[in-house]
Amino acid sequence: MNQAKSKPKKDHYDVVIIGAGMSGMAAAIRLAHFGKDVCLLERHNAVGGLNSFYSIGGRKYDVGLHALTNYVPPGVKGTPLVKILRQLRIARDELDLNPQRCSRIAFPGVDLKFSNDFTLLESEILREFPDQADGLQTLLRKIREWDDNQLDYPDVSAREIVGECLSNPDLVEMLFCPLMFYGNAREHDMEFGQYVILFKSLFFEGFARPFDGIRVMLRVVRNKLKESGVERCMKLGVKLIQAEQGRVAALELDNGRVITADKVISCAGWPETLSLCSDVETKENPSNVGRLSFVETINILQRQPREFGLEDTIVFFNDAERFEFARPDELVDVRSGVICIPNNYDYSEGRQLEEGIIRFTAQANFEKWNSLNEEDYVDQKSWWFKALGESACKFLPIDSFDVIQQQTMVTDMFTPKTVKKFTGRLAGAVYGSPIKNKPGKTHLENLYICGTDQGFLGIVGAMLSGITIANLYGLRGD
Amino acid sequence: MTRDDIQSIVLNIIAEIAPDEDLSDVAPNVRLRDQLDLDSMDFLDIVMELRKQHGIEVPESDYQELASLDSCANYLEPKFAALQGSN
Repeated sequence: MNQAKSKPKKDHYDVVIIGAGMSGMAAAIRLAHFGKDVCLLERHNAVGGLNSFYSIGGRKYDVGLHALTNYVPPGVKGTPLVKILRQLRIARDELDLNPQRCSRIAFPGVDLKFSNDFTLLESEILREFPDQADGLQTLLRKIREWDDNQLDYPDVSAREIVGECLSNPDLVEMLFCPLMFYGNAREHDMEFGQYVILFKSLFFEGFARPFDGIRVMLRVVRNKLKESGVERCMKLGVKLIQAEQGRVAALELDNGRVITADKVISCAGWPETLSLCSDVETKENPSNVGRLSFVETINILQRQPREFGLEDTIVFFNDAERFEFARPDELVDVRSGVICIPNNYDYSEGRQLEEGIIRFTAQANFEKWNSLNEEDYVDQKSWWFKALGESACKFLPIDSFDVIQQQTMVTDMFTPKTVKKFTGRLAGAVYGSPIKNKPGKTHLENLYICGTDQGFLGIVGAMLSGITIANLYGLRGD
Repeated sequence: MTRDDIQSIVLNIIAEIAPDEDLSDVAPNVRLRDQLDLDSMDFLDIVMELRKQHGIEVPESDYQELASLDSCANYLEPKFAALQGSN
């Protein structure tokens, strides 16, 4: 091996970041901006991790982004979006954020609309569930009073606390449904702290989307990496974290290079990172791996969805008697899911996406998808593509999925297996581990975790996580 | 380096960190936190930018000395003077 020619440039760095996910990139920018020598390693050939895009047939498809949550209009202060813009020195206009029109939680016989103005959801709840008015106020007070800046909040059950406030189980499930689909890593229940973070980011704050999707954000972040002097190495992962005396002694890379660093921050996931450590015995069978993953189908249409009556931005639907959030027994659970129509954001200057897009998302079983042979995999994809579309369309103001299929020019679909392949997340667990590592520390003194497994959620949350860990362990007390 | 110079250095840093804040009317004797929307992350950045742009070190135990523009001037004046003396 000719060391002089292979990446990275140096043998030692102040900080090495494992993974160019949103959180890893945010951490790298912070540290390099303040003079640290930072190397960012990414095994894949694209940045973004769970929030990336791919191209097929000249079209670019977003992977993770239905909506950027945590959106607040200009002038609102102190929220996560404002924090990340400041901390990364990003001008708000660069992100081209366009707010949603209107979204909906749709259960059999009941619809709750919501927008970026929380009073809409509140009035919808009072209309459908008038006897829950007092309970709702109690719940909202508990949410507002929760200190989400604390790094290590107690793990209390959201079901317990929400159940103490609201007595109507249908309303309870209708509020859980979007929060779970947009960020819950745990089956059936979630930590109340996570409930609060998600509730604020979806309902108090709201949804927005850059006109060109996730790649707008990735471009801004990539430029910041460059400006701040981060050395970025693509298609180069960490093979082994060599542990000695409770510290990271060295990192062995996929290309055979061995490098050292004062500190290592990983956004590859907590169990995924531990399984890289030389002193961890459960490498082959790591614990705390998330069980939740998803399939997503994408329909590219020749007309704008609004032309045939589809006005919603996002619809969270559930057709089951009781909403269930858990790894399904079958390949996909089509009874509940998310419908996303990226055309239905309020794009500034009257812009309109050229083609219609509808995405359907539902819970899926990683093991089942992963064990299929190639032929069955293809067959099952097309079967579930249709099953999911049919189930979701019951909650849209059209006669059937046929209406959409007649307009469809191209389709695509990804499964938990696809997620695992491109992100390295074990079991395709989009929202990471059920037990979060809020302090971001590990058994190795100079190895830290940032990103989804540190307990912040969504794109903005991930970036805030990277910033928080960089500030706490990379900059402060230095 | 006069007290005014130091205050405008701090204000320039805040303008960089928080371009969405209106800095035209900041009272020097009132806590910055009370008149601007700055949190602990922003104060960390003031400290880090002082180091990066001017080579001034502010240990964490002294962060509260940066509460207002006046206290910034009091605290930073000898530090800037020492820096100039050493050049």
